[in-house]
Order: sequence, then C-alpha cells, then structure tokens
Amino acid sequence: MVTQTSLRKKNPLVSIFKSIFKSPQKVIAPLVALAILLIIWQILASGENVSLPSPTKVIADTWDPYIIDPFFDNGGVDKGLFWQILASLRRVAIGFSLATVVGIALGILIGSNKLFYSALDPIFQVLRTIPPLAWLPISLAAMRQADPSAIFVIFITAIWPIIINTTVGVQQIPQDYRNVSKVLRLSNLTFFFNILIPSTLPYIFTGLKIGIGLSWLAIIAAEMLVGGVGIGFFIWDAYNSGYMSEIIIALVYVGIIGLLLDRLVSFIASLVVAEEQQ
Amino acid sequence: MQTVTNTQADLLSKDQAFLNISEVSKVYPTENGEYVVLDGVNLKVKKGEFICVIGHSGCGKSTLLNMVAGFHGPSKGNITLENEAITKPGPDRMMVFQNYSLLPWKSAYENVYLAVNNVYGDKSELEKKEIVNHHLEMVGLTESAYKKPGQLSGGMKQRVAIARALAIKPQVLILDEPFGALDAITKEELQEELLKIWTDYGLTVLMITHDIDEALFLADRIVMMTNGPSAKIGEIMNLPFDRPRVRERVTEDPRYYELRNEAIDFLYNRYAHSEDPAEEEMEEEPVNNKGKILGAIGGVILAGIIGVTLWQTFANRPASTSPNNSIESVN
Repeated sequence: MVTQTSLRKKNPLVSIFKSIFKSPQKVIAPLVALAILLIIWQILASGENVSLPSPTKVIADTWDPYIIDPFFDNGGVDKGLFWQILASLRRVAIGFSLATVVGIALGILIGSNKLFYSALDPIFQVLRTIPPLAWLPISLAAMRQADPSAIFVIFITAIWPIIINTTVGVQQIPQDYRNVSKVLRLSNLTFFFNILIPSTLPYIFTGLKIGIGLSWLAIIAAEMLVGGVGIGFFIWDAYNSGYMSEIIIALVYVGIIGLLLDRLVSFIASLVVAEEQQ
Repeated sequence: MQTVTNTQADLLSKDQAFLNISEVSKVYPTENGEYVVLDGVNLKVKKGEFICVIGHSGCGKSTLLNMVAGFHGPSKGNITLENEAITKPGPDRMMVFQNYSLLPWKSAYENVYLAVNNVYGDKSELEKKEIVNHHLEMVGLTESAYKKPGQLSGGMKQRVAIARALAIKPQVLILDEPFGALDAITKEELQEELLKIWTDYGLTVLMITHDIDEALFLADRIVMMTNGPSAKIGEIMNLPFDRPRVRERVTEDPRYYELRNEAIDFLYNRYAHSEDPAEEEMEEEPVNNKGKILGAIGGVILAGIIGVTLWQTFANRPASTSPNNSIESVN
C-alpha cells in the first residue's frame, strides 16, 4: 500500500505538467478569466466612495502580516491565518471523522435491514433538512462550551449525507453480486468484506464529499457565532472592526481550503474505489 | 464416462433422471390478479447431458433456470437433483450470467479464488492456489490473471466467469445467455472451449440461448418453450450429430438445416412473438406528453406571475430601507 500511494502521489504532478503541454486551453483559459475578473473588479472598485476595496488595495492592506507571515501569534485571537485555518480544520477534522464512523455504520445497518430502514429513514429525511446552525443553540445549551458545540454542529451537518448515501449504496448492491454470493453461499463476514463494502464504497465517498463540503460551510458560520480562534470568527471580527480587506483575503483562503478538502476526498476515493465502479 | 454421458442411446437406456423438473409452475401475484409465468413444465435431464433452452423473451426461460439454481422456489411442482429437492442456491449448481457478474474490485485471480476459498475451505492454501491457476490456464487467462475485470474484454470476462464456475466443480452448470454480448468470433471460440470442458468434466449443462445455431452446435437436446404467459415446453428436439463435434461437419450435415428450419418454424411461425403489449403503450404515450407539456407551460406562467408580483412589491417599497441599514439592524 505504501509503495502504491507513493507511486500515485507522483501522478498528479506529472499529469498537471502533461495537461499543460497537451491542452494549454484548460490551464490558460481559467487564468485569463481570472485576470479579466480581477481587472473588472479593480475598475469597479477604484472610484471614490466605494466601500469595496480593489484587489490591489486588498493585497496592500493585508500584505503585512496576513500574507507574508501566516504563522505570527500575538496571543488571544490575534493570530496568523495559518493558525486560524488550522483551528477551523481541527474542528472539522474531529466532527467529520466522528460523522464518518457513525454515519457509515448507521448507513450500513439501515441499508441492510428493511425494518430499520422503514423506521429510521423518515426521521432522517426530516432531520437532514434542518440547517446546520439551527443545531447550534441546542448544542450550546447542552454542552455549555464553544468548542464542543461547534464540533457537534459539524458532526450533525456531515452525518446525514453520509448515512443516506451509504444506505442507498447498500441497497443498490447489484443483484448479480448478491446472486454470486448466494450461489457460493458466502458467509456474512465474507459477504461484508468482499462484496458489501467494496460495492458501497463509491456511494460512501459521494456522501463523504458532500459531507466535507457542508462541514466547511457550517464551520465558518458556527465560528462566527461561538467565537475563539478560527477563520469564521476571524472574518466576523474583521467585519466588526471594519477591515474589508481582511475579510476578502480570508474568503480567498476559505475558498481554496474548501476546494482542497473536496479534492482530498476525491483523491482518496480514486485510490480505494475500483476503476470500473467510478 | 464419455460414452455414458455423451451418446443419445445410452441416455435413453439410463432410466434414472439426474435432474428432474416435474409439473413445475411459477405464478407471480400482481395487482391485476395472478400472472402465470410457467405452467406445468416437465423435464428430465440425464447426468452429463447438454441442454439448450430457447424461446422468445419473457417466456420464462430464465425463471425456469433460476428455479433450478434455487433463487426462487416453484409455485407448484418440484425440482429435484439426484432425488433431493432444490431449496436454495448452492455451489453444486453454479451459474454463469450473461453480464459475467465478476466483482470489479477483484482481479481475475481473486474472483476465482473467492469462489474456491469459500467452497474448498478445508483445503490448504497451496492446493487452492493450484486450483485457481489450473482453471485460469484452462480458459487461457494465465497472463491476465492479475488484471481487474475493467481491463479485460467481454470475452475474457466471460472466460473468468466460466473458470470461476468450473473451479468449484459444480454438478450442474447453468448458463444464462453466456455468449449473448460477445462478437461472433469470440463466441465461436468460447463455444468450442465450453464443449471441450464439458466433455473433460462430464458436466451437466443447462444453457439459455437466443442463437439457434449455437444451440444446434452445442446441445444434446434443445428445449423449445412456448410464449408466456403460462409458458410450457413446446417441443424437445433431439440432436443426432456425433461427438466430438466439429463445427464444419455439423453445419454440413444435411440434417442440420432440417432441424434448423424446424426450430425456426417453431419460433417464428407457430409461436411467433406477439407485439400487442408494445402497441398499447405506444398509444398511451402522446396523451401523457400533452399533460406534461400543459403542466410545464402552466408552471412557467405561474412562476412568471409570482415573480412579477414579488418584484413589484419590492420595487414599491420606500427607498429608505437600503441594504446598509438592514445589516446594522442585525448587529
């Protein structure tokens, strides 16, 4: 496995270089589009009495310390963006890992048992429509601490898509595979590890991908409310102090991190899901 | 063994049926009452016989073979294998499916190994490996053993499926249109390989096919089913061609065309496929479409009216409520 990952790790870099040479359109076109958008923004924001800072002003305002020194730490919540993002990512990591474990286990249970499915699916369908932040007051009331409450919000946000996709995945195991297992009279354990899990993996990863995206959406909002170190509260703090440039640079970071999280899950999926299933 | 299993005369002299399908009916309950798929099917199969089942789609061929495999029980009648009733699927009646049913996350070797490991749980690791390798070699896949099904062609996948089926030494091999999705050349190759394996192993084979030539080349007997609902066995054709069969000799035999014409006559004249259900659906569709189109137009108009009303209510509001004020009120 170790050799496999190290082999595959090289691939993305190689493939990026290859794609630049093979189809320059895919690399150059978005760069040009980005440049045009920045220019339009610059023109729109360069008039007087415009509250939105222009891109050059954003960079000038935040160059020191937010861009060049992401690692500064002045105590309290006055920390570099690296620490802010790290704090948010830590919350997401804890909440999302818990949601992954509980969600996959519940999903498999519900997917493979019709009684549990008919009993619990309607409840989950209602619970999953509750907006993440609506859970925050109740978790604050229950735990009386900011950090665990925020983590609980992440957990409860990420768990529904994981449960629902895992359930569907288990239910969608092709009849062919079930027939094979019946003819061979596979034991439950063999069926679980050789057919159920591999066959459900693509669905699980769809759930994880949706879940990580929602978690990242929810953590920003939750942190705005609970405070402390974190990119969400950083944005809120900047808004209250009237630092528009700081908000914008933070938004850029939030967007990039969100994309990276999504790609990370996709990358893990590409390592473990069989080719024919993707 | 070969003489006992493969010649017609010996089959007739052997009284004891190996696989006995007697008075089997299959009924599915539907909203409009019962739907009878099979009605009173009788078939006795001798050990080592090669049976092909042909018939139009929906005539219950697959239902019949699925009952032999044990996926469903018959509604009436019973099916016995060596005088024991078939109640559930088992490795003694291994199936090869049209769509191969290989696990895509396992290599060819692992797919066969899963079956071998499960059926021969008590054998040593070395023996199991040997069995897997032997069967992969038999279907000519030694070099591709570690490829996943996604990297194999259709014919190779079906070879893996056959290797998997044979590796566990089933008493009956059930094939549901195994070569239906393959090109003509691969199909002929695999037919010949199947015949060779059948001879070597003394297997009993039940095979569904749509291809009359395939059935004529392979089978001892061709079972021709009437159309469903309430399908039954219309006719059983005994094939007199000598074994081992060579394709050229079979097709050049004057009896070949007689039998072929007889089968075609059965399928396309006496039990031609009715087209009625399809026609009924065709007539209904335009009505549905009209309803859908009307609904879509109505929906768009409704959305338009709501949109315009909302826009006007917002536009008419006093200009004092600018976005800035509303944000401050949140704070």
